[in-house]
Amino acid sequence: MQLNRRQALALSAAAAFGGLLPVVARATPEATAQRIAAFAGAAKPAMGKITLTAPEIAENGNTVPISVTVDSAMSGDDRVESVMIVAEGNPNPEVATFHFTALSGVAAATTRMRLAKTQNVIAVAKMADGSVYLDQKEVKVTIGGCGG
Amino acid sequence: MSDRRGRRLAERCHVKRLSWAIALAAAAGPGMVVLAADGPVDDQLVIDGREMITRTMAPAGHPLPEVLSGWLFREAETRATEADSFANPGMLAVERGEELWNTVDGSAGKSCTSCHGNAADSMKTVGANYPKWDAAAAKPVNVELQINKCRVAQMGAEAYGFDAPDQLALTAYVKHQALGTPMHLDLAAGDMQSWWDKGKAVYYTRMGQLNLACASCHEASTGKYIRADHLSQGQVNGFPTYRFNTGGMVSLHNRFRGCIRDTRAEMPKAFSDELLALEVYVTWRGTGLSVETPAVRQ
Amino acid sequence: MATPKPRIKVPKTAKVGEVIAIKTLISHDMESGQRKDKEGKLIPRKIINKFSCTFNGQPVFACDIEPAISANPYFEFNARLSESGSLKFTWVDDDGSIYADEHQIEVA
Repeated sequence: MQLNRRQALALSAAAAFGGLLPVVARATPEATAQRIAAFAGAAKPAMGKITLTAPEIAENGNTVPISVTVDSAMSGDDRVESVMIVAEGNPNPEVATFHFTALSGVAAATTRMRLAKTQNVIAVAKMADGSVYLDQKEVKVTIGGCGG
Repeated sequence: MSDRRGRRLAERCHVKRLSWAIALAAAAGPGMVVLAADGPVDDQLVIDGREMITRTMAPAGHPLPEVLSGWLFREAETRATEADSFANPGMLAVERGEELWNTVDGSAGKSCTSCHGNAADSMKTVGANYPKWDAAAAKPVNVELQINKCRVAQMGAEAYGFDAPDQLALTAYVKHQALGTPMHLDLAAGDMQSWWDKGKAVYYTRMGQLNLACASCHEASTGKYIRADHLSQGQVNGFPTYRFNTGGMVSLHNRFRGCIRDTRAEMPKAFSDELLALEVYVTWRGTGLSVETPAVRQ
Repeated sequence: MATPKPRIKVPKTAKVGEVIAIKTLISHDMESGQRKDKEGKLIPRKIINKFSCTFNGQPVFACDIEPAISANPYFEFNARLSESGSLKFTWVDDDGSIYADEHQIEVA
């Protein structure tokens, strides 16, 4: 492959600043939607009940804090069974699936995730009665400099 | 404040081309520049109930009026991770360091504890006062080299290689004992002053294909952005630090070498006279800042 | 890499029915299987793929983990207990290794 001057410059700049070259992302909004549909089963995901908290801008895509909270009494029939986190622009859509029980007390969890680029992160909650709720946040991943 | 800054940052990173930025600048009107520098945040770092000094008057002879911790230049999530000593992944290295502190190694059958006892007492200020003058070696010694000296001379163990995981962990543990203590070097000891001079010369020497000195970014451009990174004063008070970028600990000399690599210059060896002198000088530039080891950075 | 070591933050005591916060962190590279080494060869995936917390043998919280979870996986969640007992934490590695820890909690 022949590089023109501009491509060569861009590559050397990337090499100067970056450690590892990013791998091409394969997940797509379509693949992500399929994953959500498989998780939701017969139910159609509705907005509400679930809140996904993520930074508007991630200072580094390798470690992005995210939290989910679902409005539920977590007792009797009003329980959250699981919450799936997916991302549209990573190599694979799957990120993590949290499983809650009555002993969880509340349906809330926090973790840290990787984001290959600016993209939508989606949290989907499956309730004990089969209903499904969804929330979505776009997280902007900045092109890092040298660490500040 | 942080929301506004966030939006502006997002625009800069995601608005595709400069023409956009120019259009925004025009729209913003006079007196407001979209690509403007932003100062450090106005926030207080408290770790385990202890207030850290992240902002203080510069020592006499310092080129800047105020010295500022790099913590003040980071986004809210990064700052919060450092402020929570449980959530801070750098504490995994500190805990490993504690294990090493108590582990017998080498032919003399000793651990660090054999001579230094409880690190919480014996290492209380060490992290704030190094590099120190080493009369025998006739040069300054930093914490990593002091640990290696002890290992070889007292324990009959092998010196740690540069950036060996155990070196990072034990250094982080030792420096963490001084958490909150303001940094202060004894420049009157031995020949420290001439190493300070040498370090200052390195700091202001432009190098590499990009022709940048330490001062180009960390003095002349503090608060500005280098691509999406908010340039700090390049203080050393949080090393070794945990970096989100690598998911691991980064030593000071690794950081020095990384910066120099980014100027596209030949990298000096870790613990070389050049970088030791730089460590003396840059530590002095942060005089009065609390030790924050292990700091958390992007 | 040294054997992954968990860190767990859980209160020693709680009131019956009180919602308590639990934080866990474990040292692990979480090699995603997406990165290449210096020769351009893919570094094989090696992650912690499952985390779970049980109380006296009953599930409290669990998580299926994909390579998109960051190095040194961190989880924060809650529990509501009605008796004293033992909280057990388990991490399962791709290579089959299991890292575990246990904490007693007094509930009154």
